[in-house]
Amino acid sequence: MKKLVKLMSATMLATAVGAFSAAADTVKIAFIDPLSGPFATTGSNGLAEYKFAAEELVNKQGGVLGGQEFEIVAFDNKMSGKESLINVQVAIDQGIKFIAQGNSSGIAHAITDAVDKHNRRNPDNRVLFLNYSAVDPALTNDKCNFWHFRFDANADIKMDALTDVMAQNKELGKVYLIGQDYSFGKAVAAAAVRDLSSKRPDIEIVGNELHPIGKVKDFTPYARKIVSSGADAVITGNWGSDMVGLGKAIIEAGFEGPIYTYYAASNGITRTFGEAGKGSIYLVGEGFQNPPASDRMSKYVEEFNAKYPDHDISQARITNVVEMLARAIDEAGSATDVVKIAYALEGMEHDSLWGGKVFMRPDDHQAIQNVHVGVHTDEDMKHPLDNSPYGIYSTSMVEMASANSPTSCKMKRP
Amino acid sequence: MELIAINIIDGLVTGLLLFMLSSGLTLIFSMMGVLNFAHASFYMLGAYFAYQISMYIGFWPGLVIAPLAVGIGGALVERYGLRRVHQYGHVPELIFTFGLALLIEEVVQFFWGKNQMAYEEPEILQFAAFAIGGNSVPAYKVFMIFVSVGIFMGLLYVLTKTRVGMVIQAALSYPRTVEALGHNVPLVFMGVFGVGTALAGVAGVIAGPVLGTFPGMAVLLGSIVFVTIVIGGLGSLWGALIASLLIGWLTTFAASYNVEFESILLFFGLEKPEIMSESALRDIWTMTLPQIGPILPYILMILILVFRPYGLFGKRDV
Repeated sequence: MKKLVKLMSATMLATAVGAFSAAADTVKIAFIDPLSGPFATTGSNGLAEYKFAAEELVNKQGGVLGGQEFEIVAFDNKMSGKESLINVQVAIDQGIKFIAQGNSSGIAHAITDAVDKHNRRNPDNRVLFLNYSAVDPALTNDKCNFWHFRFDANADIKMDALTDVMAQNKELGKVYLIGQDYSFGKAVAAAAVRDLSSKRPDIEIVGNELHPIGKVKDFTPYARKIVSSGADAVITGNWGSDMVGLGKAIIEAGFEGPIYTYYAASNGITRTFGEAGKGSIYLVGEGFQNPPASDRMSKYVEEFNAKYPDHDISQARITNVVEMLARAIDEAGSATDVVKIAYALEGMEHDSLWGGKVFMRPDDHQAIQNVHVGVHTDEDMKHPLDNSPYGIYSTSMVEMASANSPTSCKMKRP
Repeated sequence: MELIAINIIDGLVTGLLLFMLSSGLTLIFSMMGVLNFAHASFYMLGAYFAYQISMYIGFWPGLVIAPLAVGIGGALVERYGLRRVHQYGHVPELIFTFGLALLIEEVVQFFWGKNQMAYEEPEILQFAAFAIGGNSVPAYKVFMIFVSVGIFMGLLYVLTKTRVGMVIQAALSYPRTVEALGHNVPLVFMGVFGVGTALAGVAGVIAGPVLGTFPGMAVLLGSIVFVTIVIGGLGSLWGALIASLLIGWLTTFAASYNVEFESILLFFGLEKPEIMSESALRDIWTMTLPQIGPILPYILMILILVFRPYGLFGKRDV
């Protein structure tokens, strides 16, 4: 009985505190990503980037709606879909209107479903889903909905940009595709085959294989096959230790061509590749920091690294999420009417901190932006990663990549 | 043909590395009857210690100091942990080593974080020793071969030609008799455990730069080490060597050749289903050898357990 009383008073106190902080007029964004477990580094890196962006780009500029500040509320989803849905419910119960998530497309699918259902059942208490990293193309195609906005270039857009760059290299004759044996690895391989065969039918795909995810002890045999196949370039969607293991093995086996990757940077990967990966490892993505787009960008990166020396700006688009949301709230004149805010976000054109423009395509809520291909190097490196001398230097850029790409999304608007 | 030659070398490197882990484990298992679940964790500790040492005084001191530190750690674990649990029987010992493996993984993550460490080969070995058909073999891999062969020779000499080796071998088979003859068997146990973990430490030091130094490295290698000692036969150094090489070559060759199961099934006269997506056996038809490569050692282990339960060179039943 005593315990029950204690519990009840604690609950009441918590509710009272909750009500009090809600009255303090901040615009809350629920950050739902792994903050413990094997993927905690990626999650905590993202959280630091969100906190810094909210502070520097919104709160220090006077907030939104004439003085309301942004507040990032962190939830640990332990990389589980079930936990994430509980987090979403808790966030909604706390009166939070904006949900940000990025790691794992599987979880993004669960959240976008849950948000869609919630908004249909509770038209007077709707929320928005700001997807800043999950790149499964389906999220802005078959599974799209009005409440979901994706700020990263999706896997197809990245492959489109990468193959645009590769197609210009006339000496490229043979390409080897290798990836982890699961949905994303397969999607990357399928997109590469499709894009390469339409842009450069003369390029021969000499290998297309999948390896068990997180189970390969030694990538040397795979590297031998790649060298023996006579490939001029390798494309892989690998991440984590599978990326480092594969990359190092290929370079050590004497392969001299470029290795095109999606995720071979930050979180210890850049430091581990070091000198060996110089000029070999390429990366496709948005928001590269070298060469710096502007002094404002350089200052932002330097201040971030001074405040969080153990973190990197590994997901540059987070500044676009924060800035565009702030603009949409100001345009809508309300921080709670998410329908108005969503309409303001749709079709918004934004000058990105990282150079170029970001256009939120209304047809499918996919952000269209400049996509870069960069190389791992230490030359001309103004903003290195991982506390190492190495970083990513942009070598080519596709302006507003895939702006006219088709989408199967049939957006239902409220 | 060139690919075969290069695969033989790669398989040799993998096999010898596996041998350094399994030689220690097989000695510990046959002597104490304990399956040391934490054995691969000592391998991980070796890599992390050596990384830390290499930051300050370079790779070569690390090659000596890190295994020593791991060996002393292992001996202390035996003296103050395992020996106390020993009186309650084998199951508590098993659980103890299992808990230790989890503990070591968490401790490593606590001190070094979850990211991969930039532990690298020493600079004087960062060149290609030779190349076969465009595939280069790094000098470091040649160095790995020499270190492991050297350790095998040393172990073989100590176990078969010295007095200490005689006592160990005797204690392996008849611990009570050896004790009755006035030898300090608990001390022998502690020594063997220490040396066994130190060997795992050496493996970690030289494998860390090649296979990566990250918190998952112990789990990745842990199960395959047990498979090796079961195939080789408990307590047999030669068995551990042969089984390690066998597994090294098996996994390397399996990952290298994209043999499709379709061609094998067609060879046996089976008919390919017309609509693959509706066939119940579509997974078998579309499989390739690299995809099932990682489970081949386990299949081999089951076959050995069925047809030769004491392993290739073992004298006792598992």
